[in-house]
Amino acid sequence: MFHADFDAGNFDIGEYLEQHRNKELLRFITCGSVDDGKSTLIGRLLFDTKQVFEDQLAAVGKDSRKYGTTGETPDLALLVDGLQAEREQGITIDVAYRYFTTEKRKFIIADTPGHEQYTRNMVTGASTADLAIVLIDARHGLQVQTRRHSYLVHMLGIRHVVVAINKMDAVDYDRGVFDRIRGDYEAFANQLGIAHFECVPVCALNGANVTRDAEEMDWYDGPTVLDLLESTPVHEHDLERPMRFPVQYVNRTRSDFRGFCGTLVSGRIAPGDEVVVLPSGRRSRVAEIIGNTGAVHRAQVGNTGAVKSTEVEYAGTMDQARAGQAITLTLADEIDISRGDVLVHADRLPRVSELFDARVVWMNDRPLLPGRQYNLKLASSEVPATPEAIHHRIDVNTLEHHPADQLGLNEIGYCRIRASRALAFDAYDSNPATGAFILVDRVSNLTVGAGMIVRPVTDQLTDKSSNVTWHAQTVNKRARAQQKAQKSAVLWFTGLSGAGKSTVANALEKALFQRGHHSYLLDGDNVRHGLNRDLGFSDDDRVENIRRIGEVARLMADAGLVVLTAFISPFRADRAMVRELMEDGEFVEIHVDAPLDVCETRDPKGLYAKARAGVIRNFTGIDSPYEAPEDAEITVDTSKLSVDECVEELLAYLKRRGILIG
Amino acid sequence: MSDDRAATRLTHLEALEAESIHIIREVAATFEHPVMLYSLGKDSAVMLHLAKKAFYPGRLPFPLLHVDTTWKFRDMYAYRDRIAADPDLDLIVHVNEEGVAQNVNPFSHGSAVHTDIMKTQALKQALSEHGFDAAFGGARRDEERSRAKERVFSFRDRQHRWDPKNQRPELWNIYNGRVHAGESIRVFPLSNWTELDVWQYIDLEGIEVVPLYLAAERPVVERDGLMIMVDDDRMPLEPGETPEMKRIRFRTLGCYPLTGAVESDAVTLPEIIREMLLARSSERQGRAIDKDASASMEQKKQQGYF
Repeated sequence: MFHADFDAGNFDIGEYLEQHRNKELLRFITCGSVDDGKSTLIGRLLFDTKQVFEDQLAAVGKDSRKYGTTGETPDLALLVDGLQAEREQGITIDVAYRYFTTEKRKFIIADTPGHEQYTRNMVTGASTADLAIVLIDARHGLQVQTRRHSYLVHMLGIRHVVVAINKMDAVDYDRGVFDRIRGDYEAFANQLGIAHFECVPVCALNGANVTRDAEEMDWYDGPTVLDLLESTPVHEHDLERPMRFPVQYVNRTRSDFRGFCGTLVSGRIAPGDEVVVLPSGRRSRVAEIIGNTGAVHRAQVGNTGAVKSTEVEYAGTMDQARAGQAITLTLADEIDISRGDVLVHADRLPRVSELFDARVVWMNDRPLLPGRQYNLKLASSEVPATPEAIHHRIDVNTLEHHPADQLGLNEIGYCRIRASRALAFDAYDSNPATGAFILVDRVSNLTVGAGMIVRPVTDQLTDKSSNVTWHAQTVNKRARAQQKAQKSAVLWFTGLSGAGKSTVANALEKALFQRGHHSYLLDGDNVRHGLNRDLGFSDDDRVENIRRIGEVARLMADAGLVVLTAFISPFRADRAMVRELMEDGEFVEIHVDAPLDVCETRDPKGLYAKARAGVIRNFTGIDSPYEAPEDAEITVDTSKLSVDECVEELLAYLKRRGILIG
Repeated sequence: MSDDRAATRLTHLEALEAESIHIIREVAATFEHPVMLYSLGKDSAVMLHLAKKAFYPGRLPFPLLHVDTTWKFRDMYAYRDRIAADPDLDLIVHVNEEGVAQNVNPFSHGSAVHTDIMKTQALKQALSEHGFDAAFGGARRDEERSRAKERVFSFRDRQHRWDPKNQRPELWNIYNGRVHAGESIRVFPLSNWTELDVWQYIDLEGIEVVPLYLAAERPVVERDGLMIMVDDDRMPLEPGETPEMKRIRFRTLGCYPLTGAVESDAVTLPEIIREMLLARSSERQGRAIDKDASASMEQKKQQGYF
């Protein structure tokens, strides 16, 4: 395919292979509107770098007569426009990828359409690009599309911009035209915050300043487009960025091996490094890095292509891995790590939060609606997430902000997103690999949005981003309770029948619920009919009744709840037994006090009457003792306080004790 | 890599390799029943090599599937048997038995019918039978124009159809593999590789390929502008056709009656690369299947061809 340049007789393949082994890869995008000559520019690059085979050229010749716009000369643009539908319409409707190679680099071109209705395609193409070529038609200067494309290029974080001012032949290669457009672009770039760009006057049709120095424009002594493509530094910041290793796959395909596979997206990592696993916050050290050490088996190949596959070592252990490499790590400690976790160095932590603000490009006919749930995929994490609000919509043509209550196809909005669990991330501008996400519709499974995180949001109620990165946030009682803005507690209401235990406990639970706490009330109704229905009222059964209630309360406290119990529980020893089950400070004994005669007057269930009549036996206060607490944490006297007053007193106490937070 | 390079950036082959491994692992992590289509060609060889690297020192967490038209070169079958001898590999071979029963073959049915029944339909049968929700293929975007727009994760509906105008946007290296029951994703880990990359990598990594890629004396006849190798006695010779021994090799491998050879002296990988650099036509030129219409591949793919 390099037929024009190679002298078959003198071509030294060994030298060639050696040279091409160390080439770098550059991905770039070409943007411009329909008539700016984008496809022609790409066709020119492919043709001049000898990527076009004769049969392909012949096919283009045939197609040129059918669809072309250049008469008898092959329309190079047709090399590029792939699908039948778009060839017939004469426009590019999707993202097409093209490849070419020079001695210095291999290139991947993302060729995307210019129309506004294809913003999503341009964003798609730009997402993987290191460099952008922005085409401007010299006859027309800056267009609305130029601004839109430049904004998108900048938003997607492409820091290398080549402005190719095309069709210079149509303005007689006039330097004045070039200088004026360059000045216009500079003003616009400053407004956008594009720090640096290169401007080249070109004619894609004849190749001037694309691949060859143009004698037609001897006033221009800068680089050609190809020069810039070959020399612009790529991924120059990836190694300096903080180390990020999103765990993609846990390899346990052999019983004696447990490796964490993934692509190191930035920084470096070496055996012995201490790593923090996010979002859990656990720490360990890198034991081994398994990956491509290169040339492992080169010696035995002999270049015949007939190596026994069993002789091949597929990877080895590495001294160090660097950004871009797909590796497998083993750690010194057996800690729980799964897909979606991110390994980082302790001194350069990302943010961990479930709430963040992001720019979102909408890519679907069904609009983004705040409150609707989508699946969010960020690095290797995938979680349900909800855009809670659209702060504003950005007009890609004017860059103005407008209020919006939804985002339509190709619209861009600045949104607040709540993920269903905390994610480790960076701002997209500082690390695209850990700041980019997609949104997937949960019903259609289509990719409907692309997001770029701007900043985490501190959420008063639930944000744990500040401490979660420093401590192992295992899911335990404390964590569960903290999530509910409370401390686990068992509020043990004790008192005579009719003293008002259930009434006060019910009212308190209602108040807790209204304040956003999470509680559960155990009382005779929900315990005696199920868990304890085999128990009667003998002394033994009463002890067992309280023991079981105590155990259930302990489990619920472990779940992080504020547990309320409302039982007569007349014996001190039983209450002490339950107190023993709990952690210090967790058991709160609440004596609901009222004189026996008051209780007997209330007699809500007619039990006192029955007991006095001897119909029921062992009734507390009548023929069975009530051992009033000697050291209750708090006593409320329902003969003196109203139910609301009791609740108020209890709430104040619980806040004082730090059981209720906030 | 040598020590002085360890501190610097990746070469293009290292970058391509890392990207492919990332894609392969992503599939293993997110699909329930993935399979790797294994056509025995050079691209398949590279893809398998990358998969082994992705899971080293573990084993592949998915099987390989060879859709066998029964008309491959004998050398390809021998190669397949050598590869399948690896106890760590699980190779499924699928043949469209209905097609065999009807004696479908490239000679009496023509390339289009044969390819449709023994390859496209057979592939669909195998994918449906096993309930695979993701299938790796070795296709590259540089092969053919309609492929240039294909996603890395390419959605197929319940009938295995591709809708080129309604593809999911694919951003960064975040792939959307969510499908409903019966739908599937074709995955192309080599999307960004070119023919040159593939050969350079095979050379660099010492990957075994079918010997037919290297030149040797082989019996051929000329038919419809293609040089067809007479690989076994199933090939009916036209009146006046006599197989001639020529020094030939193949740039792509498929069914032997449909694959054109090129005359060549290249007996080593560097010599193959050298010939390719000096070549004047693309590798698919040797495929009878691509010749019908210039966008024929696009139509075939919409029908479920890989």
